[in-house]
Amino acid sequence: MVPITTLHYVIVAAGLFVLGVVGVLTRRNVVIVLMSIELILNAVNLNLVTFSRLWGLHGQVFAIFVITDAAAEAAVGLGILIAFFRNKETVNVDEVDLLKW
Amino acid sequence: MTPIATPFFFYLLSGLALLGGILVITRKNAVHSALALILTLLALAGLYLMLYAPFVAGVQIILYAGGIMVLFLFVIMLVSIERSQKEEQFNKQWIVGFIAAGVLGVLFVLVYVKGRALLPAPTAQIPNESQNTQNVGVLLYREYMFAFEIASLLLLVAIIGAVVMAKKRI
Repeated sequence: MVPITTLHYVIVAAGLFVLGVVGVLTRRNVVIVLMSIELILNAVNLNLVTFSRLWGLHGQVFAIFVITDAAAEAAVGLGILIAFFRNKETVNVDEVDLLKW
Repeated sequence: MTPIATPFFFYLLSGLALLGGILVITRKNAVHSALALILTLLALAGLYLMLYAPFVAGVQIILYAGGIMVLFLFVIMLVSIERSQKEEQFNKQWIVGFIAAGVLGVLFVLVYVKGRALLPAPTAQIPNESQNTQNVGVLLYREYMFAFEIASLLLLVAIIGAVVMAKKRI
């Protein structure tokens, strides 16, 4: 078998990123859209850790910062979702159209 | 000492990660999506271990699979999902979404395959794994001190924001 190179990891990360983009662009349920954003952040993390194998530990430190951001984003996003659900009784993205002309 | 069966574990873990990702964006029930996302996160933790990053793998399991996903499951429980399961799951512009994501993926693969000469092969010597956590900590508290403080401030703001958003009346 061919040895596993950096390119393999990077292509897996690209696949995860594309799956996340598909989820964000096509799903209607807000919870699943937020989960797709987590997928995108994880793809970025895989890239960072892969490159940290080549160029030192800075990538791993940055991956930890990205995880921190993901936690903050999930907390605030789900808080907004709860407030929105209390007002409009729906979790669908395309029914959030108050600012739409 | 070179690791044994690296290709096997790489293909197994990345296959599990991509399978979990596909399940996340296709399931109707949001709880099933959350469980599939946990599968993806655990597989990625395994990949981090293969890349000699045990600290990040531990943080991934504790913080993502343990913390963030519990938050997701609680919110799924709070917002009723029975009604949303009977509704249309994909929005009206799903064709455009698929095309845009596909173009993005082709672009990624093209760039990576064309630019593969820029990616040097990983060094044969295996980094000292027993000092990984120590080295990450030193880097975090010396070079990235300022960013670390800002991250703590960000978490504080996120806590306050989440409480303010989710509270009925303040």
